[in-house]
Amino acid sequence: MMAEVEGKSGVKSMNMIEAINSALDIMLKRDENTVIMGEDVGYFGGVFRATAGLQEKYGKTRVFDTPISECGIIGVGVGMAAYGLRPVPEIQFADYIYPGLDQLVSEAARIRYRSAEDYVCPMTVRSPFGGGIFGGQTHSQSPESMFTHICGIKTVIPSSPHDAKGLLIAAIEDNDPVVFFEPKRIYNGPFSGYYDRPVEPWSKHEDSQVPEDYYRIDLGKAKILREGEALTVLAYGTMVHVAQAVVAEVGIDAEIIDLRTLLPLDIETIEKSVEKTGRCMVIHEATRTSGFGAEIAALVQERCFYHLEAPVERVTGFDTPYPHSLEWAYFPGPIRIGQALEKIMKE
Amino acid sequence: MAKSAKSNIPPLKLHVPEPAFRPGDEADFSDIEVPPVDAIVRPDEAAAADSIKDLSFGLVRVLDDDAQASGSWNPGLTAEQLREMLRHMMLVRAFDDRMFRAQRQGKTSFYMKCTGEEATSVATTMALARDDMCFPSYRQQGILITRGYPLVQMMNQIYSNRGDHLLGRQLPIMYSAPEYGFFSISGNLTTQYPQAVGWAMASAAKGDSRISAVWCGEGSTAEGDFHSAMTFAAVYNAPVIMQVVNNQWAISSFSGFAGGERTTFAARAVGYGIAGLRVDGNDPLAVYSAMRWAADRARTNNGPTLIEYFTYRAEGHSTSDDPSAYRAAEEYAKWPLGDPVERLKAHLMAIGEWDDDRHQAQHDELQKTVREEQKKAEEKGTLGHGLHHPFDTMFTDVYEDMPWHLQEQCEQMLEEQRTKFGPDWEPK
Ligand SMILES: Cc1ncc(C[n+]2csc(CCOP(=O)(O)OP(=O)(O)O)c2C)c(N)n1
Repeated sequence: MMAEVEGKSGVKSMNMIEAINSALDIMLKRDENTVIMGEDVGYFGGVFRATAGLQEKYGKTRVFDTPISECGIIGVGVGMAAYGLRPVPEIQFADYIYPGLDQLVSEAARIRYRSAEDYVCPMTVRSPFGGGIFGGQTHSQSPESMFTHICGIKTVIPSSPHDAKGLLIAAIEDNDPVVFFEPKRIYNGPFSGYYDRPVEPWSKHEDSQVPEDYYRIDLGKAKILREGEALTVLAYGTMVHVAQAVVAEVGIDAEIIDLRTLLPLDIETIEKSVEKTGRCMVIHEATRTSGFGAEIAALVQERCFYHLEAPVERVTGFDTPYPHSLEWAYFPGPIRIGQALEKIMKE
Repeated sequence: MAKSAKSNIPPLKLHVPEPAFRPGDEADFSDIEVPPVDAIVRPDEAAAADSIKDLSFGLVRVLDDDAQASGSWNPGLTAEQLREMLRHMMLVRAFDDRMFRAQRQGKTSFYMKCTGEEATSVATTMALARDDMCFPSYRQQGILITRGYPLVQMMNQIYSNRGDHLLGRQLPIMYSAPEYGFFSISGNLTTQYPQAVGWAMASAAKGDSRISAVWCGEGSTAEGDFHSAMTFAAVYNAPVIMQVVNNQWAISSFSGFAGGERTTFAARAVGYGIAGLRVDGNDPLAVYSAMRWAADRARTNNGPTLIEYFTYRAEGHSTSDDPSAYRAAEEYAKWPLGDPVERLKAHLMAIGEWDDDRHQAQHDELQKTVREEQKKAEEKGTLGHGLHHPFDTMFTDVYEDMPWHLQEQCEQMLEEQRTKFGPDWEPK
């Protein structure tokens, strides 16, 4: 397998927050240059509790609260990286990353290139993203394609506790800036998209079984969650679980692939699958126009055109700000995915 | 220690602020200096910013410990005006309690109270002209209540229901009310700051007589937008009043994480060369008076003012927060500047214009009003119980005219509803 596990202590059932906390804990312990900062991450341990207990364990110069300035957080991260640290800033919600964009886009992303490697920026910006929690338009956004559009940044989105830990460790060890978006809807349990059904805890899901020690999942490697022949379904984050639930419900022999890293993209796994199935659907919660699905559609038609039996299908959020009361009419849930499945299989 | 550190030089140290008290500690605010009334006498509204720097470091007060109003900052309000102020503040409090409870009852997703900070939105609004423009953060519900915005409309917004004038699009409490001089609230902190300055610049450029006022928390002053706003306000001498509600806490971060360990927030004005006032935010008369001074100053082309209200966030940050995880219990009970409602009540009683019975009667009456308005609002639905705005409103107002792709997506969404609710389903 891709996971490289070290040590021999056990495996523990964790939710996604606990797995992220474990990854941060391990990296703080392994590398004294790792530092964590962000709004409310210190004493309090973060509004989602991802950094709980870490300040107490590693001290205030390794894990600390910051002023409410995303520009400052990312900017000082670039400076700390220039000194030789490995900053892991948290942006409280992805919706609040925008004041830090100049530092990310013009600085962190390009410093290696513009200085011909005189300087690099091994920084991992963690941020909860995505909707499904009635958070309204400023606690629900999925801005990943803004970052995949920037050259010099890697974009990673886990879909389970197990992957979250291994990917976060790999992201922190990576010598380039990484944006690590955490689907907050599935922090405490996977989400089928059937919002009116009871919530399942992670403990019932096999990917809640997380090795307690160090392991990494290499960036740029997708994961085939279900092998199938009828079509290829590409998803990431929360939508992985919705896709699995719908495929099971419809009873179609889909190959479901969790992309996990959007950039660098595991094109090999995608190509192989689409060449086999001849059909490709990509699902994301983010808005449609210029979304990551557009990139996938372009790549698949460029590389697999002669294998395709139907146009690449995109299932996405609508091109509106994330609404509050109409959240479930907005969310690309089972009905939208089901209709798209029907359409792509008819061709 | 770093390998590169020179052994003959003491190592550098990173300072990370730490609040004085954490859970389990006994809070003790005896080091907070509360100067006497008129420690700094009220200057002329046209005074040069340079000549009044000390106001950025003082504390404007009107009510003394015996609840008497005195000194040069005493705005001399009539008993009727004082009672009106008290009534608005009590209504804000009653409203907050009710809506907080509604959230706990599952009727909406979120709520934020302003308990302990009522004076900073009520007294300030009373000192403005009715047509001055307000750019609030999320904690100034007192502006709307003071300007008489219908409570039921606020509740409709909180419930995201059929009556919500914002069509259920915004998180609860993110109101918008142009007829009441109230700008649309953003969830992104401090964005309203440069916008308020821009509004004031426009008003000045057009030779208007209206000014603007903007609010944010002390934590939000760390955002770049705050500093951009200060620069523009100073450069263009904009008729704007920039207010920092220093309630000591920004979620779990104390004011030290916005620079509060080193100087006051009002002192930010000094570096930009504009007027700064630091005010007892729990003294409604001082708050009124400071705002009046700044408003008169702005309206007479004497430029912008930065006001810091020194106050305390008596409750959690929001319904999603539990402050017992990060600050000492009982802090509010020990807060040396008291409670604004209690202080105004005591003042009215001290001047013989109020009594306990009237207070209790008003309390009961306001509770009843809020309950009645709540009933009306709930007839139009609560969040998640069906009575939302029609589905297609999701797609309107993204642009003035709906482009083809949104029209297609709207059709698709309606088709999805038909799949869900059956072929006979009609969009309403
Ligand atoms: C740009 C941005 N960053 C972060 C947040 C998350 N957030 C919401 S409120 C808040 C604390 C604000 O504190 P303060 O400005 O002191 O105002 P208070 O809540 O005390 O009134 C934070 C960090 C946000 N809404 N917007």
